[in-house]
Amino acid sequence: MELTPQTELALGKAEKLPMGKLHVAQYGVAAVLLILSIGLWRLEVVSADNFRAMAEANRIRKVPVMAPRGRLFDREGRLLVDNYPSVSCYILREQIKNLETDLPMIASGLHLTVEQIEGALKKYQSAPKYQPIPLKQDITPDEQAFIEAHRNELPELETLEEQRRVYPRGGFAAHLIGYVGEISEEDLNKEKYAFYNPGDVVGKSGVEATYDALLRGVDGSRDVIVNSHGKEVGHLGETMAQPGKDLKLTLDLDVQMAAEKAMEGKNGAVIAMDPHTGEVLAMVSRPTFDPNQFAIRLSKSYWNEILTNPNHPLLNKAIQAQLAPGSTFKIIMSYAGLQEGVAQLMHVPCNHGATFYGHYFSCDRNHGMVTIDNAIPYSCDTFYYTLADRLGIDTIARYASSVGIGQKTGIDLPDEATGTLPSTAWKMKTFHEKWYAGETISVGIGQGAVTASPIQLARALSGIASGGALRRPHVVFTDEVPADELQAIHETFPGSGEKTIPLSTQNWQIITDAMYSVTSAPIGTAYMARLEGIDFAGKTGTADVVSGRDRSSKNKDTIPNAWFVGMTPRRNPDIVVAVLWEHGYWGNNSARLASGIINAFVTKQRKLNNNIKIAEAAPAPVTAQAATSKEASPKSSPAEVSN
Amino acid sequence: MFRLSSYRDFDWVLLGFVCVLSVISVLEIKSATLHTKFHGFDHKQIAFLAAGLLLMFLISMIDYHRLIDIVPWAYGISIFSLLAVKVAGQKVLGARRWINLGGGVHFQPSEWVKLVLIVAVARYFWNLAGRELMWPDIGKAAALVCVPMALVLTQPDLGTALTYSPILMAGLFLGGIRLRQVVIIGLALLLVGGIAWKSGKRLKPYQQARINAFINPDSDPKGSGYQIRQSLIAVGSGGIWGKGANKGTQTQGDFLPIPYTDFIFAAFCEEHGFVGAMGVLLIYFLILMRLIQNAQTAADLPGTYIIMGVVGVITFQIAVNIGMVVGLMPVTGIPLPLMSYGGSSVLFTFLALGIVMNVRMRRFVN
Repeated sequence: MELTPQTELALGKAEKLPMGKLHVAQYGVAAVLLILSIGLWRLEVVSADNFRAMAEANRIRKVPVMAPRGRLFDREGRLLVDNYPSVSCYILREQIKNLETDLPMIASGLHLTVEQIEGALKKYQSAPKYQPIPLKQDITPDEQAFIEAHRNELPELETLEEQRRVYPRGGFAAHLIGYVGEISEEDLNKEKYAFYNPGDVVGKSGVEATYDALLRGVDGSRDVIVNSHGKEVGHLGETMAQPGKDLKLTLDLDVQMAAEKAMEGKNGAVIAMDPHTGEVLAMVSRPTFDPNQFAIRLSKSYWNEILTNPNHPLLNKAIQAQLAPGSTFKIIMSYAGLQEGVAQLMHVPCNHGATFYGHYFSCDRNHGMVTIDNAIPYSCDTFYYTLADRLGIDTIARYASSVGIGQKTGIDLPDEATGTLPSTAWKMKTFHEKWYAGETISVGIGQGAVTASPIQLARALSGIASGGALRRPHVVFTDEVPADELQAIHETFPGSGEKTIPLSTQNWQIITDAMYSVTSAPIGTAYMARLEGIDFAGKTGTADVVSGRDRSSKNKDTIPNAWFVGMTPRRNPDIVVAVLWEHGYWGNNSARLASGIINAFVTKQRKLNNNIKIAEAAPAPVTAQAATSKEASPKSSPAEVSN
Repeated sequence: MFRLSSYRDFDWVLLGFVCVLSVISVLEIKSATLHTKFHGFDHKQIAFLAAGLLLMFLISMIDYHRLIDIVPWAYGISIFSLLAVKVAGQKVLGARRWINLGGGVHFQPSEWVKLVLIVAVARYFWNLAGRELMWPDIGKAAALVCVPMALVLTQPDLGTALTYSPILMAGLFLGGIRLRQVVIIGLALLLVGGIAWKSGKRLKPYQQARINAFINPDSDPKGSGYQIRQSLIAVGSGGIWGKGANKGTQTQGDFLPIPYTDFIFAAFCEEHGFVGAMGVLLIYFLILMRLIQNAQTAADLPGTYIIMGVVGVITFQIAVNIGMVVGLMPVTGIPLPLMSYGGSSVLFTFLALGIVMNVRMRRFVN
């Protein structure tokens, strides 16, 4: 062998290494492979189940299938609230590759600001990563096209078809129906919403809130196999969505329409109720709002408009207004006075008022000698000052409390107001002061400390007119609701509820006849609102909003609130209508609104009754005459029909 | 006289193991790219393997002593090519590692520099043979390896740069470095490393992130931690028997990052389980033992040094790559020899094995 110079240099040097070092190398290699084997053992044998679950979680995604929310119908099955399909855009955080570069792109494509997207991401920080975050609801076809066109660049965007609420236009029955919205962070922490997830749509007010559990149904889901880009490559199974329950409201669309029309351009509230059952036939509060604006995405300008409106459009004044009931309270006073055996013996001379405890309390007219029979149609303050003085505040409070003043009625709507019912105990508790007898006088005419809501007055006065049977007002038929749910609702909305108060037949007649005189006798305060041929009874109220009787002021805010609680027929009424017209000046102004609603109700009932009669009576002769076709004529010959 | 070695002396056993592993590699590459745009990489890998085998036979025909003679030249060219990459290289994923040779062929000089270093180190230690290692000797050996290493490190390519270190370590170990010297070097490296880590300037942000992710994979599941996490899920979910060929959900669903190169072992573990993985490790063990045996039977010192350099590099790559896949090592981007897809990696491995064959075929000389 020829040796190169380099190899020649090496000659004579040790040509072999000690074997020991190579053995060490062998052990070293073996040790390395052993350590790797242990690592593999640890993963593939010891924790294999754990990792298998993680691999499944990786590739299987639960895609929610939204349950359509239950629809709402009026008492005759006419559709009030429906759903329509709409597409929403979601962002899948697991798919975000580069947020910084994607954000401006998403923002411009979906017509959002970068801050809005960041806000949405921040809001759902604590939610599990696989959960899609709603970015924009009810997106336009243009925006849908943008998402489709950028599937590869923006795999994090996903669209989902959802059912959205469509409400009656123009805020029709908006307060009763309520609206839905995305569940808030505060609500999520409440026990009631323990099973709700961020992003869930939930009823925020009205029927939508109370009956949310029934209306929402149960969302289903589809187990979809995806790759790391979120692309669907197959699916495993599906849990069907259970649609929410359709609900029939006690609302009567015709009565509601009459009430809406009556309140057009005014501030205040109307409640119409069937006193036999407590079924609410109409509920209006003005000003109103458009729930459709809440159903998708509340625009800032609309929200500001609502917030800055001094007349509180979101307030359901039918159950939330707490105002002095004025003279409508005199019916409750009469009930107390008659049941105590005091009022029927009273003969009170009215000379534009009277002096009590050194103070002069005025009446708007010189009514002469007043008894219980004409005190109600006159609405004579002097009589009721005197009666209040005789009864004393605690007796008044006892009777008023028995008809539900100062308590919630227990209507199945959220945030009902309690009102105020003064008594010696109430004053001690609230102001730590004793009650002065002089304070009782104003309470006699529904002024002073006493406040009530339209629903309380409607229930109390119609309860008295029904011989003392008071009902729990409700807006959804109780047989529509499962028993346990109904129980839960009653517990959630406690109140005066169903009760019967003692009322002698004689006193019942006195009060109801007097209420009839209010609208039918020329001396009655609501004679202008009388309805020919309808047994229409009621009581006006002209409630001062500032102390002292400054009714001549031009300042709109000091104009009294006009109340009227009317019903038909006068005893055991089929309908009671309470009208609150804020700054409506005189009670009889409200009486005219109420008479319009009552008239619409009665006219409808009579038409219905006539139709039934026509149907029951043989309609055949008419048909026979109208029949023109040859086939029809032998069948419906007059001879046959007459049999 | 130059004796033409007989191919009877070729290490057919070693070649057999290598071929088995190559077949496994091709099948796994096929599986890992089945539904991706990299579909067909298995065919390219076969082409690389064919080219590798050819080069292996070619290099085994040249006496390794010739290689030792020309290694100073080769070393010079290596340094030059690394510098060329720095100037004219193609920037891929933020690093200049490749030279475009035209016609879609890219050349990664840092791979073949590895080969040159193995021979260069063998030559260096051969010259010192029999002498106790002095500090200057260690310094020179270190310089020999560290100059190209530094050039690769600044490409930046930490992974490949690290694969140079086992060549130096193998040389120093066989050259007779003493324990005292190892301890001093170790302490010095710790000190320097500690300072570098503190100052945070030596490592690129992505490298720091990778190390952070290694220490705590869940800290950033979408970022650097993602790769480790997905790899662990893939390996762990394979279980004892695996999910079956082409049936790994992590691999087929594209959850596992680059399952045909750096993470091919994770893909293999997912589809073939612990049993399959142990089979592959066994083949590696047999290959490495066979290499060391060849080192023992080598005719002279440089032969042993060369083979042990190859053993060092391959063992190091296996340790770092599989260590990464099972979560014992941070992500470094070192391919798994004989498994990962890639021309440069295949060619290096087969050339390295070719030199081993070369040494073996000439074991009866002298």
